[in-house]
This record gives sequence, structure tokens and C-alpha cells, in this order.
Amino acid sequence: MLKIIKNRIEQGCKTSKYPKEPISLYKRYRGMPEINKNCDQALIKQCAEACPQDAIDAKAIKIDLGRCTFCGQCEMQSDGKFVSFSQNFEMGTASREDLITDGSLPELARHAKKHFKKLFGRSLQLRQVSAAGCNACEADTNVLNTPFFDLSRFGIDFVASPRHADGIHVTGPVSRNMRTALLTTYAAIPAPKVVIASGSCSISGGPFYGSDEITGDLNSIIPVDLYIPGCPPHPLTTLHALLNFFK
Amino acid sequence: MGNNLLQIKNGEKVNRADIPQLSFADFSKALIDIADNDGYVVQFFAYKDGETNKLLAVVRQGAKLYVVGSEVDQTFASLTASNEKFHMFEREIAEQYGLKPENHPWLKMARYHANYQGNPDVFGNNYEEDTPGNYPYFRVEGEDIHEVAVGPVHAGIIEPGHFRFQCIGEIVLHLEIQLGYQHRGVEKMLPTVPKKRLPIICESIAGDTAIGHNLSSCQAIESLAELKVDDGAHIVRSIALELERIANHVGDLGALSGDVAFNPPAAYFGRMRGEFLNLLQVLCGNRFGKGLVRPGGVTYVMGSEQRQLILDKLSEVRPELEHVCDLLFSAHTVMARFENTGTVPKERAQELGLVGYAGRASGIGYDARVTFPTESYGDLPANQNNMTKGDVCSRGTVRREEIMHSLDLIETLVKRQAETKRVFMKEYELAPSSFVVTINEGWRGEVSHCILTDDKGQIERYKVKDPSFHNWTGLAMSLRNEEISDFPLCNKSFNLSYCGFDL
Repeated sequence: MLKIIKNRIEQGCKTSKYPKEPISLYKRYRGMPEINKNCDQALIKQCAEACPQDAIDAKAIKIDLGRCTFCGQCEMQSDGKFVSFSQNFEMGTASREDLITDGSLPELARHAKKHFKKLFGRSLQLRQVSAAGCNACEADTNVLNTPFFDLSRFGIDFVASPRHADGIHVTGPVSRNMRTALLTTYAAIPAPKVVIASGSCSISGGPFYGSDEITGDLNSIIPVDLYIPGCPPHPLTTLHALLNFFK
Repeated sequence: MGNNLLQIKNGEKVNRADIPQLSFADFSKALIDIADNDGYVVQFFAYKDGETNKLLAVVRQGAKLYVVGSEVDQTFASLTASNEKFHMFEREIAEQYGLKPENHPWLKMARYHANYQGNPDVFGNNYEEDTPGNYPYFRVEGEDIHEVAVGPVHAGIIEPGHFRFQCIGEIVLHLEIQLGYQHRGVEKMLPTVPKKRLPIICESIAGDTAIGHNLSSCQAIESLAELKVDDGAHIVRSIALELERIANHVGDLGALSGDVAFNPPAAYFGRMRGEFLNLLQVLCGNRFGKGLVRPGGVTYVMGSEQRQLILDKLSEVRPELEHVCDLLFSAHTVMARFENTGTVPKERAQELGLVGYAGRASGIGYDARVTFPTESYGDLPANQNNMTKGDVCSRGTVRREEIMHSLDLIETLVKRQAETKRVFMKEYELAPSSFVVTINEGWRGEVSHCILTDDKGQIERYKVKDPSFHNWTGLAMSLRNEEISDFPLCNKSFNLSYCGFDL
């Protein structure tokens, strides 16, 4: 008992004040890209060719955050002259098209469907399905339940049964072998229900795009309401998206 | 021993022509001979060489590493029939290439996918129907027997897989684990995609082992492309691998305490795990170390600012970790659940060829950082674990010791000064007609990648092995005659990778 108390005192209160107070991530963290539209076209093309995810459209000068894994290759290739990644982690969007960006995103809170806020604003129960996720997305979603983020203080919980859920949070590129299990889980959730695509895999296939063993686009099999980009999304990216979309 | 095999070194390029090609009978005999004499299988896979099917095996015995090959017919005499260490490898060969090991004691799918060559399916499956698990599970018959099916979708935020328990009352007689739900076709993709995609894919083979897998991949490429890695990069890579190890071990100790309903350490470990992920973010901007390791070095230099941040954080968290570990491991109620639960005795662990902390907890001392050192490991002290009973408590204790050991390693490494140049993905050429195998001690154990190139320097076959490939069978064995309520505990004490297995 004494040990428990001693540890409790040593640990203290570690819960983040976010979103009441802003939080800053270390400068090496790669969040929302800043794109220099006046960059030399040859350099843009070079970056587009070097991009492992083919996420850069050199003509339109846009990056597809749904494909991007935020590896930083374009920033290094252009020495920051074309792309530099900011520490802004607020990258969730309500539509797939918005993820194809010139460096700005529409404000998520205003684009959220109003009836979702009314329905789920006070309590949101989610069922998580990993459909061939590599466990990075899963781990950084799980981490929201640790004391630092403490997701349940916002009335948001991950639940064990789809029957108890208001929506589904999907990670992974949806392997052929998980497709049926995913659709069955989705069908088991009572309507109205929300669908969240988390991580580049569920949005575009991520690192595995082109594999014939995956679906690679969650929206093609169930309608997605909220997109959370990243490889994996930073826990704060997920937290921001959930709070702004539903609260 | 090993007379007709070629002795090789971890991460050193070999000409394909130099790999001994034995008759299948000699090949089989040589491998079984090694496996019977305290040797272990590192890699054993099929590939297509022109029109012929070939097998290639990399085995280790003590500190020696060997490679050997053979031609193989559509069917071949199973090695598993003589030694269990080949069991999963032969199932994989049958699934990937449609080659059938005759007299394999339990031939079934590993991952549920059609084979690469359009051969008739060895298991008679129709992969147009997309239901893995469409398979007659092993059944225990009897009036008092009941069956429990769990998965593929599990209750928590975890990867999918199917567990089928055969129980009598609360006691589990048999656990069958069927995976494959996570299969993304990694090995089939790797030889076909542009080289710029390799590190991105390898970092996502198993996201919790992003460093372990991508490091193994980059070392293989460096060897084939003759890229030099500077000392500073070696240090950063080693630190990253240790941070990955600590983060996962700490997280698992938290999960273990959660599974026995001891909540304070579960919360504290959960939070402290994040501190180590954040240190990876300090190193390279990603909490899992994605984007850090690239062929030829690392993408970020560790400057004095990063060094200081790491040292400060370690000295802050170390006493907290020690205290919370003490809290967990000195609680009688916790020990009552941990001790003598899910025991895998040494003999069984050796038969199955368990690796990593699962092996070490059962008394198999193998640690690739010591036996086949890469990066900065050559002159670093090894960890010695003393609790080797093979139960949940031993697997937990090994993790506790390894956390402390890794903290020491990082502190030693951070203080080393060495020149580093930042690298990023560039074009490179791979040596033609070559072979390389790399081995690293990822946090779960032996991670190994193999590349075979063709005569133009293109990747012909890419083989990945996650330690989970060995250890899932260990988890199944640990459940025998245990209460089913102890499954979560046993499972977490192993914490194996679904996607690392499924590829």
C-alpha cells in the first residue's frame, strides 16, 4: 500500500492540458507541410519523382496527405525550398479531396456534419478495427487511453463490441483476408454510425499501395466521414480530429 | 558439422554461385544434423531459379552462420518430420510456391493466399472465397469438451487473428492459432516496387518493429550496394533500436499489470512508454522511428541538443521505472498470477526454436546483439538474465532486466562522439547474382532479411522473417493445461506480431 502511494506521488499528474492550452511538438516532428508554390519547377519535379508514395502532384503543386507517410524525403531533397514540414498536427479532414492540399486545410470543426455533433457530441463510443494495420496506428490510438491524453475525460471511449458502438475507427490497408470481418463489424453497429479512416493505409493503401492483397481505400467499401492522415497519425492528430469533428 | 555448408557472416554479400547446391537428400541430412545439434533455422525458403524450384536455408549453430541450397521437386520429404524447427517454414514454402512437404505432421496454411506460381493449391483452398478460418480446426472430442473461438476482431485496439481453444471446464487442452488476416503481400511486392519504396514498406512490416525491420533491410542493401555507413549513424541506429526495445517492453509490462487488474502500474507504464516514443521523435520526428534509417546511414544527425534531451529524459524516467517495476514485481497478488503460469520448459523451447525474450526466459541465451553483432553492438556489454523458468514471471522479468540494460546502453552510446553525415534516399545499384542475409535483435528477437539478386542486379527474391514466426507456436504451447482465464496474461507476456507474421 505504501509503495502504491509513494509511486502515486512520484508520478504526479501527467495529463495534458490540451486542448485548453496549446501543446508544441519537438521541431523534428513532421506535421502539416508548408509548400512553396514559387519553387523552381525542376526541383518540384525532382521531389515528385523521389517521393516513395508518389504523393506529390508537380503540376498542381499539391501533396496528397492521404498517400503521404511524412517520411520527409521531399523536404530533404529540396532542402526545405519546396516542402518543409511544420509542427502543426491538426490535419484531420471531412473529405478525401481536402487531403490533396497546397499547404492549407479547411477548418475541420466547421465542416463536420452538424447532426454528428448533436448525436455524439456528449458521448462517442467507437469500435476499432485493425484491417491489416502494422500496429503503429493501433498503438498510437491505444495511447489515447493513457493518463497523458486520457481520452475518456472527453466522453470518448473505445469499446469491445460493435453493438455498443456509435462508429468504427479503421486502421490498415484492408487486406483481402480482413475484408469480410471488417464489413461484418460495420454491419453490427447500429445506425446512425460514423466511419473514421485513420492512417495513410486506410485512406490510400499507404506503404502497400498497388498490392493485390489489399483494398487500399476504405471509402470504396464503406463511406468514410472523417479522415486522419499520418503514418501513423500522431495521437494529438487523432485527438484534435475527434474533438473538432464531434464536439 | 557443417562440412558441406558455406559459412557466412551476418550482413556480408555472398556470390550466389558460391552457395553450395546439394542433392536434396544431402541438403536435408545436413540441415537436420545442425538442427539436432543445438542449431537453429534462421531462414528456410523457396525461390524460382529460371525454370527450377530451389530451396535455400540459413542456419546458425553457436556463433556460426551457414548457408546451403538445393533443387527441389514439386513434392519433397518433409524435414519437420525429423525436427520441429522446420515446421512453420515448410508450411510457408508450401503456401508461397505450391511445393508440398510429404509427411509434414501438420500441413496447413500459414496466411491464406494463393501461391506465387499458379501451382495447384497444396491445401485445396479456393482463394476467390475470402474467408480465412474456413478450415476444419483441430478438435478434441468428448462429452465434457467445449470449444472457444476468439477473433479475428478482438476486444481491444489490437491486430486481428483467430484463436481456437479446446477446453475441458476451465482448462485449455489445446490452443490453435490461425493467422493470415493481416497478409498484405509484402514479400511479393518488395522485388517489384521501385527501390525508393523499400524503406517505407519495411518500416511498416511491423510498425512496433519499424527500426528492427528497416535496419535489417537497409543493412542488406548496404552490403549489396557497397554503401559505407559512418560511425555516428551506427550509434544513432543502435540507440533507436534500444529505444524501440524499451518502449515496447515498458508498454507490455503495463499491459501485464492491466491483465491482472493492478491498475496503478498499468497507468504509469503506459505513460512512460510514451516518453520513449517521444525520444524517437526527438531523434527523427516520428514516434516509431519511421523515416530514420535509410541505406547508407540515418536521415537525422544526433546533435548536442538531442543528446542532452535524451540524457535528461533518461535520468528523469529511470528512477520512476525502477520504482514502478518494484511495485509490480513485489506485489504478492501479482506474483501469484505470474509465477508458474504459461510455462514453456527449456526442452520445449529448444525443440520449437524460440527466440528473443521468449527464448531467454526459457533458458536459451541467444541474443543476436551478442552472437552476430551489427552497428555499435560489437563492444557493448551483454545482458545476463537469471530467471529462466519459462513462465509469465520469467518473460516479465527478462523484459524488466532488458529495460534497465538498454537504458545503460543508450547512456553509453549517447556519450560517444562520432562524425555523422545526414543521408537520404538516393539511387544505388545492387551487386548482380548475389545473396545476403542480415540478422538483428529486434525487441521481440531475431529479425532477419534475405535478398537474392539476379544477373542484372534486380531483386529476385526478398525474404523477411519476424521473430514472431518462431514464437507463435511457443504461445500455443504455453497454454496447454492452463486456465483459459490466463490466456490474456500468456499472450501479453509473449506479445507477438500479427502483421510481422502475416507479412
